[in-house]
Amino acid sequence: MDLKILNQLEHNAKLTTEEIAVFTGEDGGAVAEAIARLENEGVIRGYHTLINWEKTDKEYITAIIEIKVTPARGQGFDRIAERIYRFDEVKALYLMSGGYDLSIIVEGKSIKDISYFVTDKLAPLESVLSTATHFVLKKYKERGEIMTGNKPDDERMIVSP
Amino acid sequence: MSFVTQKVIDLPSSGIRKFFDVAAEMKDVVSLGVGEPDFFTPWNVREEAIFSLEHRRTAYTSNAGLPALREAVCDYMQERYSLKYSPSEQVVITVGVSEAIDIALRAIIEPGDEILVAEPCYVSYRACVMLAGGVPITVPTYAEHQFRVQAKDIEERITPRTKAIMLCYPNNPTGAIMERADLEKICEVLKKHEILVISDEVYAELTYAQDEHVSIASLPDMYERTLVLNGFSKAYAMTGWRLGFACGPKDLIAAMIKIHQYVIMCAPTTAQLGGVEALKNGKSNVEKMRSEYDVRRRFMVDSFRKLGIKCFEPLGAFYLFPYIGQYGLSSEEFCNRLLMEQRLAVVPGTAFGECGEGFVRCSYAYSLEELKKALERLARFLGE
Repeated sequence: MDLKILNQLEHNAKLTTEEIAVFTGEDGGAVAEAIARLENEGVIRGYHTLINWEKTDKEYITAIIEIKVTPARGQGFDRIAERIYRFDEVKALYLMSGGYDLSIIVEGKSIKDISYFVTDKLAPLESVLSTATHFVLKKYKERGEIMTGNKPDDERMIVSP
Repeated sequence: MSFVTQKVIDLPSSGIRKFFDVAAEMKDVVSLGVGEPDFFTPWNVREEAIFSLEHRRTAYTSNAGLPALREAVCDYMQERYSLKYSPSEQVVITVGVSEAIDIALRAIIEPGDEILVAEPCYVSYRACVMLAGGVPITVPTYAEHQFRVQAKDIEERITPRTKAIMLCYPNNPTGAIMERADLEKICEVLKKHEILVISDEVYAELTYAQDEHVSIASLPDMYERTLVLNGFSKAYAMTGWRLGFACGPKDLIAAMIKIHQYVIMCAPTTAQLGGVEALKNGKSNVEKMRSEYDVRRRFMVDSFRKLGIKCFEPLGAFYLFPYIGQYGLSSEEFCNRLLMEQRLAVVPGTAFGECGEGFVRCSYAYSLEELKKALERLARFLGE
């Protein structure tokens, strides 16, 4: 039942408990209990809205930064990861396989903001060996949703057998 | 002066067609009237078809269909139903299930042969029987049996002229399914006679019961007397590609290919190449769509009950078949008034056979927002 509930909520956080109960065929009380438990256990980490900021007046820019670091003895990458993710600008942080160690997604108001973050905060960190900053030019798809264009029309006939 | 045969003149035109002509002229119509998915064909399938066109794969295929597709079909039948068919002798790729129905009937009907048709059902069955020179005999199904065809109702209608029975489960328009135990009961009757089962299983992948769809061909002693029809339209949202297939006894498939080669030549090549990709790499897409339909199904059943409309819980396809007899209108009147007064299109149950009287078909192949809009209009209509 947990997975069924989570699948519903992942796509629409606005669903009411009753709606989830109908959609999944589960009892309303049981759904409410499960959601409360999943929140407590930290399986559900929050309820967010996916916004296409490019359609608004908001000034913002996103960058993806590749970071090479020296892992700390006994703590691996966790220590440096924690140092980095505590910055508000960092929206996501992943430990990567391959050519570099950490990948972060950073958001700021302007290129200047992000340059400042990289040169003043990130690069000087002791275990950071190098950084490569890539600015996002256009977001085509985010969290499974296509961000460009309009919803396609329903071109089906009104009635068909 | 008219050159048209009496047979075609006598053929009733599809009830859906009449309704469609009216609805198509109107503006701001919300519809629960379509018999096709609202999803787009999965991108990997579309991409494969585009790739094939870029690489000039535009020639005819063999009459029976691309060998790779016939093999993929046989793999599917084996994996899904443990049914073993030979790709070279027991499969034909057709232009949708529609063509498969037509050529199957033409291959088996001698003038005057009787074909049992479990109704309500897809609109073409009766017409195709008549065009092939046969006589369609209705086997009605009833709401009190969740529209599952009953052995007794079949047995009563079997005569020495009975050649075949046409079944469609999961069912359009009712959303009914036949579970193993239901099939066993009718097989007992069918096995006593020499009757071919034409089983249209195009909605097989859209089953919401505990157990997966059971093909009647997989029951004991039914393999030799069953022709299974299936296609890509519903499971893979590929209606416009027009791609289906038939699996069955060698002599019957050979006869069908004989007709198919003269009238069709082969199913469209681009569609066939897309079909290979769909069968090979489409499982997760089917699962995603199926679970989305299931959510809508639960939502609709719940909403109808809250509106006080009697509706058995459909476990297949993407239709609800609620009973509207309590409102004192015939199916057709109900649908006409609903369309005129609230601009909501649903299809009269009678379009699918006389025993559909008192019912309407509501498709839930729409987004939840659309469904909510439709339910608002329906509630307003019932309130007035």
